[in-house]
Amino acid sequence: MNERRMLDDSHYENLIEEESVCINENLVYDKPETLTKTPMHYCPGCGHGVAHRLIAEVIDELGIQEKTIGVAPVGCAVFAYNYFNVDMSEAAHGRASAVATGIKRVLPDRYVFSYQGDGDLAAIGTGETIHTCNRGENILIIFINNGIYGMTGGQMAPTTLEGMKTTTTPFGRDVQAMGYPLKITELIAQLPGVYYCSRVAVNTPVHVRKAKKAIYNGFKFQELNKGVSFVEIVTNCPSNWKMTPVESNKWLEEHMLPFYPLGDLKLPGKEN
Amino acid sequence: MKELKLMKGNEALAEAAIRAGCDAYFGYPITPQSEVLEYLAKEAYARTGMVVLQAESEIASINMIYGAAGTGKKVMTSSSSPGISLMQEGISYIACAELPCLIVNVVRAGPGLGTIQPAQSDYFQAVKGGGHGDYKLIVLAPSTIQEMVDHTKLGFELAFKWRNPVMILTDGALGQMMEKVELFPQTERKFELLPWATTGKTKDRGRSIITSLYIQPEVMQEKNLHLQKKYKSIEREEIRFEKYKCDDAEVVLLAFGLVARICKKAADLAREKGIKAGVFRPITLFPFPYEEVNTLADSSRIFLTVEMNAGQMLEDIRLAVNGKIQVDFTGRMGGIIPTPEEILEKIIEINEGVPA
Ligand SMILES: Cc1ncc(C[n+]2csc(CCOP(=O)(O)OP(=O)(O)O)c2C)c(N)n1
Ligand code: SF4
Ligand SMILES: [Mg+2]
Repeated sequence: MNERRMLDDSHYENLIEEESVCINENLVYDKPETLTKTPMHYCPGCGHGVAHRLIAEVIDELGIQEKTIGVAPVGCAVFAYNYFNVDMSEAAHGRASAVATGIKRVLPDRYVFSYQGDGDLAAIGTGETIHTCNRGENILIIFINNGIYGMTGGQMAPTTLEGMKTTTTPFGRDVQAMGYPLKITELIAQLPGVYYCSRVAVNTPVHVRKAKKAIYNGFKFQELNKGVSFVEIVTNCPSNWKMTPVESNKWLEEHMLPFYPLGDLKLPGKEN
Repeated sequence: MKELKLMKGNEALAEAAIRAGCDAYFGYPITPQSEVLEYLAKEAYARTGMVVLQAESEIASINMIYGAAGTGKKVMTSSSSPGISLMQEGISYIACAELPCLIVNVVRAGPGLGTIQPAQSDYFQAVKGGGHGDYKLIVLAPSTIQEMVDHTKLGFELAFKWRNPVMILTDGALGQMMEKVELFPQTERKFELLPWATTGKTKDRGRSIITSLYIQPEVMQEKNLHLQKKYKSIEREEIRFEKYKCDDAEVVLLAFGLVARICKKAADLAREKGIKAGVFRPITLFPFPYEEVNTLADSSRIFLTVEMNAGQMLEDIRLAVNGKIQVDFTGRMGGIIPTPEEILEKIIEINEGVPA
């Protein structure tokens, strides 16, 4: 959802009556306590919404809502603080892990997570990402890799695949001129400050279940005080990929996942 | 009993931060202020449990400050000019999110990498915004090492009173030189759960959200109006200045920080020569003592602004005086400190040129 749309939509925010949608007979399953009732602004079929729900479910299941502080990025998830029913801080573009560091250092007994896009985490915020991980801050970093700049309207991201068309690579990403898609998670996994590192996706029910497990680990490991938990979620951006949600999930499976393979890159107790 | 100590400016400031009950410091080394981080790294944790962290850059430091200040803790950073330039986006966010914190700029001469020698050339950056958007820092300008100590304590008080970032604008000379200071006793570090802070949402309060995003123009304008109203209140309540021999002065030297001390010496030398000179020193650069400067212009003949820059506070003095009398300027740039003698020469030169 680009910034202009957000602006337009914010006028309608109050028009959507929650009661008109959430009548009892319509309820198939409930919202987690850790999601607010604010309707999300994400485009239909976007992975951000699923990722939000999983994080909220985990916080509910761990019973840590009152002890959790989240950090929102600049990117499509900039309004994450409207959706997560926990205390939230909205960071400058790329700086979420530094903001999370500041919070965790003064409140070491709280659960702190940052939620960041690929532009945020792997381009403008690369320095903060690497050093936060290298210091082994006891936080969970959720990395939403959709291979594109969603919020600003579909420009090239550091994770954009070779040959992939974006508004700033109209002829496809030419790696000779624009560099290679950055596997930052593989880099991160090398750092001794990182305790747990995993790559998941939310494009199929099986992947969703695995993603939830990874997020659960990420929160749970904070109790051990052993360093960063880093969870990459490979997601879609139907709007800027110019596909339907179904097409985008298929494209993700066929193109993104071969380059960004799923699985644990670092699992405590396992030889990596 | 008074606790007197001979201390280097940067170390005195760091010591004052510990004693003021500071909870956390995030910073990155740069001359001439690295002693702040070094002193804290050695002293702070063992004595009070204060967090001291060397960040990977000034951008990281200021964003760590943003996060930590959002929890309602007492936090600070320090740097010198190029580092403060890097922090500007973060400072703008902090000002908009209305987070209390203390930022120290031990100024060195610029532009660019410049030199490590002292200057006052970041006045505009500190006082007129620096980062993007309409915001103000409360800016304190110490002129002695004693004031470096006192302003650290005062800075935290003002930051929390107004929920606004406070900057101490000092320079490389004050940071590096040694003077006798009286230290205040240790304040206990205590953690208060503030209703607006991100400490974890409890049942008895709504969610705390720290943000500077107001995407609807009407709401953004409201936020701006609120900030401007706060700045007006700060202007009413927090102006601080010092007058030195101004009562009968025909020639008034206007200077802040270290230069004001040199001007006092120059004024004394002028008086020995039969020229009635005095010094007006703004202590708060924002809020600026416009009215006091304007009133002073009624009883004096000559205003001479002296700065270690090309004439930055000069613009505020001229605004305050509003054409009532002539305002002259003398200054040094590039890291050179003006001497009392050269200021005296300038006083004599102007005094002869301006009819009584
Ligand atoms: C300092 C700064 N530079 C640029 C921007 C503009 N900007 C906002 S979001 C964004 C990219 C977001 O992409 P990503 O992090 O991948 O998040 P997504 O929207 O894809 O979830 C950019 C370049 C900004 N807000 N601040
Ligand atoms: S589909 Fe793309 S543009 Fe839309 S909300 Fe999701 S990431 Fe943003
Ligand atoms: Mg993206």
